Amino acid sequence: MVEPGTLSMAPTASGTPAFPNEGLRDAYQLMALARAMDERCLMLQRQGRIGFYAPLMGQEAAQVGASRALAPGDWVFPAYRELAVALARGVSLKAIFDQLLGNADDVIKGRQMPNHFGFRDVNFVVASSPIGTQITQAVGAAMAAQRRKDPIVTIAFFGDGATSSNDFHAGLNFAGVFQCPSIFFCQNNQWAISMPRKRQTHSATLAEKAAAYGIPGVLVDGNDIHAVYGAVREARARAVAGGGPTMIEAEVYRFGPHSTSDDPKRYRTDEELSAAKERDPIGRLKGELIAAGQWNEEADRTLWEEVRARVARTFEASEKARPLDPRSVFDDVFADLTPRLAEERAEYDARVREGVLKP
Amino acid sequence: MTELNLVQAINRTLRDAMRQDPNVLLLGEDIGVNGGVFRATEGLFKEFGADRVIDTPLSETGIIGAAIGMALYGLKPVAEIQFLDFIYPAFDQIVSELAKFRYRSGGQYPAHVVIRSPYGGGIKGGLYHSQSTEAYFCHTAGIKVVVPSTPADARGLLLSAIDDEDPVLFLEPKRIYRSLTGEVPDGAERVPFGRARIVREGSDVSLFAYGAMVPQATDAAETLARDGVSAEVVDLRTLVPLDEAAVVASVEKTGRAVIVHEAARFCGFGAELAALLAEKALYSLKAPVVRVTGFDTPFPYALENVYLPNADRIARAARNAVRAS
Repeated sequence: MVEPGTLSMAPTASGTPAFPNEGLRDAYQLMALARAMDERCLMLQRQGRIGFYAPLMGQEAAQVGASRALAPGDWVFPAYRELAVALARGVSLKAIFDQLLGNADDVIKGRQMPNHFGFRDVNFVVASSPIGTQITQAVGAAMAAQRRKDPIVTIAFFGDGATSSNDFHAGLNFAGVFQCPSIFFCQNNQWAISMPRKRQTHSATLAEKAAAYGIPGVLVDGNDIHAVYGAVREARARAVAGGGPTMIEAEVYRFGPHSTSDDPKRYRTDEELSAAKERDPIGRLKGELIAAGQWNEEADRTLWEEVRARVARTFEASEKARPLDPRSVFDDVFADLTPRLAEERAEYDARVREGVLKP
Repeated sequence: MTELNLVQAINRTLRDAMRQDPNVLLLGEDIGVNGGVFRATEGLFKEFGADRVIDTPLSETGIIGAAIGMALYGLKPVAEIQFLDFIYPAFDQIVSELAKFRYRSGGQYPAHVVIRSPYGGGIKGGLYHSQSTEAYFCHTAGIKVVVPSTPADARGLLLSAIDDEDPVLFLEPKRIYRSLTGEVPDGAERVPFGRARIVREGSDVSLFAYGAMVPQATDAAETLARDGVSAEVVDLRTLVPLDEAAVVASVEKTGRAVIVHEAARFCGFGAELAALLAEKALYSLKAPVVRVTGFDTPFPYALENVYLPNADRIARAARNAVRAS
């Protein structure tokens, strides 16, 4: 048990639970699927078939490890890079592609840029673009669960850049004061667009910031699925038992660009990237599985062929979905259409009737 | 019916809503043990305890962010922002998050938060305890903006706000928190959103106002009546949704419009009303639309009476409008 305000630099060594052996192969397959998604989507964006994409490559172990430590009733407050968390929660690949395309099957009805997922059926709260805003919201949901005595946690996912945001400070401060069941899961991928981690804060680690709020801060190797799983599992157990919140910093590296609109060559070196890729969480888990006799190269080749084919196939299915109903642009502003919105929609309808616009 | 002032009406309404529905809870600065700096939540901490009347750390973004999370989870939070002037640390949470949750989630995650906040001048509060910046919020799709002007409306509109399925910014005219009393229903009667109130009927000129400017407009109408000018006073009650039909109907009847608000004129809410009249009532107008508003300056301290619209300025503007045609 980590005492409030202390910083544990090596939680796996202190005996936190390891990732369950029987789930490791499944976790590896999920990580491969996420990586195949990234590769495909970066290409699709270049081909102009999706408008934008924010890859997570390099963060697969952190996302899958954290997700597998949660219960179905827990609430996830993601940022926009949490594709593997959504997949781990059981969201279908088709639903992901529908969102990337903004078609008629997209559950958020084409309202947001790609990667801003929201899936109520798996308690995956819809993401937004402003940085850190989900942190205070996750705290509020945890305070609500605390009041209802529901044995769940809320977990906010965010990056190193978000630790400079107002809501990071406000959220951790509230969580400390109210001792609510929250986990703050920071994926420190070393770069906030072009700003390196060292220039985001003068603190030696991000995890140590938790100490100022009187809550435990834990630093883990985000490429080690066991370390991530163990830290989240322990934080979850403590939170559900009434022991309050925890902040976890998972050290990872963003292999890809911030998004398809970004060129990381402007601000970081190939050498740095190559060095980081030697710690690729996928290669690491593959090696572990092979060493444990649970996996082999042939199974691996088959897996990658399968996930790539599945990704390609599912994208084609999503591409065939109907386009959105243009009139839906006026829906969901409020529960009911206000007179003003009804008037604006009628104006739109009139243009369609006059043949100015295609329906 | 009970005779109450406006802040008493709010206090009693919060109490009744909390007794009625265990999901309703309050959060804000100094609202618990202290009962709120204006005493709007007095006695509620004692009755409902710290779990439902939550004294928060001093962070508006924390208050609204947490309220959103509570609402997503299924509670009905009523957040207090101590003064509207202090709401800006939460601006991101309100305009980027709260107002957009339903839309951006395709209807999956409505976020029903009521934000109560005292607004407006007339209490010698200077720059940071006096402003009337409703226009910032009216400009954002997805949040309703409500401004009561009487104790009875404060109750009826607050009950509607707590019932509503959408986020509501409930602006309380602190200047008239205690200066006027009125009969307030004891029951659950709601005042629906989007229905203006005709405070006083008239035939020569329409005076449009809300919040603390309604009593000023009403005083002006009385002065005008003595001069033989029949002024209609329309209390908008809710700015979003706006009762456009009532605004247009009044001007179709009177042919003249004076728009009153405390906020600065440039891009103030009055500009939207003037545009509405230009779009939908131009042929009924006998005189140019006039705005009586705060000046395009920061809110002054010592000279607040120079800044704030009053009955005299409103009556003068109305007389000019009548004389112009």
